[in-house]
Amino acid sequence: MFGRSKKISEGLTRTRQSFFGRISGLFGAREINEELWEELEELLILADVGITPTVEIVERLRERVRRERVRDAQTVREMLKEELRAILLSPRQSAADGQLLTVILVVGANGSGKTTSIAKLARFYQQQGKRVILGAADTFRAAAIDQLKIWGQRVGCDVISHQPGADPGAVVYDAIQAARARQADVLIVDTAGRLHTKYNLMQELKKVRGVAAKNVHLAPHETLLVLDATTGQNALSQARHFKDSVEVTGIILAKLDGTAKGGVVFAIARELGLPIRYVGTGEGLDDWAEFDADVFVNSLFD
Amino acid sequence: MFESLTEKLQGIFDKLARRGKLTEEDVDAGLREVRLALLEADVSYKVVKDFIARVKERAVGAEVMRSLTPAQQVIKIVHEELIATLGEPSKVDLSGTPPHVIMLVGLQGSGKTTTAAKLALRLRKAGQRPLLVAADTYRPAAVTQLEILGRQLDIPVHSEGVEVPPPTICVNALKRAEAAAYNVVIMDTAGRLHIDDEMMSELEHIKRLTRPREVLLVADAMTGQDAVRVASDFHQRVGLTGLILTKVDGDARGGAAISIRAVTGVPIKFLGVGEKTDALEPFHPDRLASRILGMGDVLSLIEKAQAEMDETQAMAMGQKLLQGEFNLEDFLAQLHQVKKLGPLSQLLEMIPGYSNISKEISPELTDKQMKRVEAIISSMTREERLNPLIINASRKRRIARGSGTTVQDVNMLLSQFRQMQRMVKRLGQGRGRRGLMSLFR
Ligand SMILES: Nc1nc2c(ncn2[C@@H]2O[C@H](COP(=O)(O)OP(=O)(O)O)[C@@H](O)[C@H]2O)c(=O)[nH]1
Ligand SMILES: [Mg+2]
Repeated sequence: MFGRSKKISEGLTRTRQSFFGRISGLFGAREINEELWEELEELLILADVGITPTVEIVERLRERVRRERVRDAQTVREMLKEELRAILLSPRQSAADGQLLTVILVVGANGSGKTTSIAKLARFYQQQGKRVILGAADTFRAAAIDQLKIWGQRVGCDVISHQPGADPGAVVYDAIQAARARQADVLIVDTAGRLHTKYNLMQELKKVRGVAAKNVHLAPHETLLVLDATTGQNALSQARHFKDSVEVTGIILAKLDGTAKGGVVFAIARELGLPIRYVGTGEGLDDWAEFDADVFVNSLFD
Repeated sequence: MFESLTEKLQGIFDKLARRGKLTEEDVDAGLREVRLALLEADVSYKVVKDFIARVKERAVGAEVMRSLTPAQQVIKIVHEELIATLGEPSKVDLSGTPPHVIMLVGLQGSGKTTTAAKLALRLRKAGQRPLLVAADTYRPAAVTQLEILGRQLDIPVHSEGVEVPPPTICVNALKRAEAAAYNVVIMDTAGRLHIDDEMMSELEHIKRLTRPREVLLVADAMTGQDAVRVASDFHQRVGLTGLILTKVDGDARGGAAISIRAVTGVPIKFLGVGEKTDALEPFHPDRLASRILGMGDVLSLIEKAQAEMDETQAMAMGQKLLQGEFNLEDFLAQLHQVKKLGPLSQLLEMIPGYSNISKEISPELTDKQMKRVEAIISSMTREERLNPLIINASRKRRIARGSGTTVQDVNMLLSQFRQMQRMVKRLGQGRGRRGLMSLFR
């Protein structure tokens, strides 16, 4: 999965060197002592895994090491890998294939990377031979519609939009009609960024979802929450609220090309059972990959 | 979430409960919780470590003041140290000869463009003549976004499309400001990663050419452990002079502010608290400290309430609320008071744990519908207000007619009122009591 784009592997290499590289270093030829556990805790916390999950993971690992009489740090490393991988292994949900029209709703906080991710996702589906249409339901932020239109041009797909300030539900309705008329396979809907604490805005998002649900059988077939990898523990609160409001089915982890590790996804996967579906690794259309827990964890450790 | 750090500490110290000096045992027990709270708030691991060491040094052996419990004493020291770390609020530097150049920098999606507009509006209100500069030529439609904001605020925007290099745009903007007597130039630069060498060089270049008085890092309040790295890299490359923390209107605890302060030492200038262009607030170290510790922003709320409300009346209302005796008559009386405080949605968000209950109260109840609600209640008889249960279908029709609303509106109000009563009652009984009561003190 990561071989497709050079930037992705570069991004991960950096991650590997800085984070897991250090962990690997920790497990070289050394004994298992308090210092090791402490350093391990530090590394997980620095990766935004969060204090509670970190303590739990480390505790579990300690317990196993005691029970299984593990002597060398190398084995502990393999065990950590297993633990982390186990957390991320949630059942994979994929967009309903073979649907007449697959509707994907993309939601998230302001500036998390929704619009850019939508362009990348459109390209991703196009490469699978799908006909994609975009719906510009962020009618709130200044120039958000223009931004999506520019991406639409670059990707080469139609963008259905209304005037700024228009009802986002109406945009979705029209986008569905247009997608049908043009026999599109996939409709991806961009929505305005919003903080999950805003009652009105979350209600509005429910309505937008409702329009899709009413007009297309089983829609939205996927509701993807875009998380900025730089985000710390608040991402868990975000995921929880968005899931409650609009039944999020998966996560897009954007901006993984920085130095942030996005470790909060472990807590999100564990507590909310939300799978990570894609990762964004740059500002270009191809800085994108499907997420695969096995490959992800393995490639971090290799 | 209502279980604040204070309460957790209280629990720990209850076991030890006694007076005198704080022992090492007391302090260690307390600081374990503080450490947890800070890490949960995304304060960087190393910064937490240093901080805890500093507090410990101060706390062990400290006399427990007569009026305080040991828990409160530790919290007090922690709070004071946090406030010291957060530093004093600081204004935008407009000294020297104009035009004063302000450069906004930061990661992608941190909120630079919106903040540029907010800052321009704020400065214009203070009597300045700002010029906005659209120097983000990379993100699609970023230039258009700033132009639209400028038009909405009637503040001029210097833009040259997306083909001209940003440093050239900035230099031209400066010339234009000099010629047309704009005295503040606010440059919106593209979001970039701190490790993107080429893009960071571009910032250095712009800085060399325009000599900004202020280079402000715009950082998202939700930022995690990476904040330290981001801030120190930006600081190293372009020499920051201040920080603006954005999206503070969410429920992120904002520990990144501590991390950034600790590694750069630059002052915090403003907090972004909403999507609207006037949602930029001065920063109060004490409030941010409470928030990071998970104690909510109750102080801001209390201050607002104190400034606007009749205190004894507020106190009485609080009691009634908690006992569930609050009726529509009281509600109407309070509407007039509450209206002076500003939008309810804003007030609610200052309450610790609000996000948990946000789904239960609609802030619409008073914001936009305030007028309608007032009209509906005014159209009720006193009897109806004291005992809404008697409001049957025909009464509803009469009330709707009298207030120029629909029966549906009346129904909605009644159900929302019931909901609110229920919720408040529950809070009053639960652990939230202390938190909520403090609103009315
Ligand atoms: N480095 C990096 N930047 C990204 C990525 N995804 C989005 N961005 C940038 O983040 C900023 C905000 O993105 P946008 O898609 O407008 O966010 P939205 O407000 O959620 O729609 C833009 O400057 C994007 O170029 C990513 O994977 N890596
Ligand atoms: Mg967008």
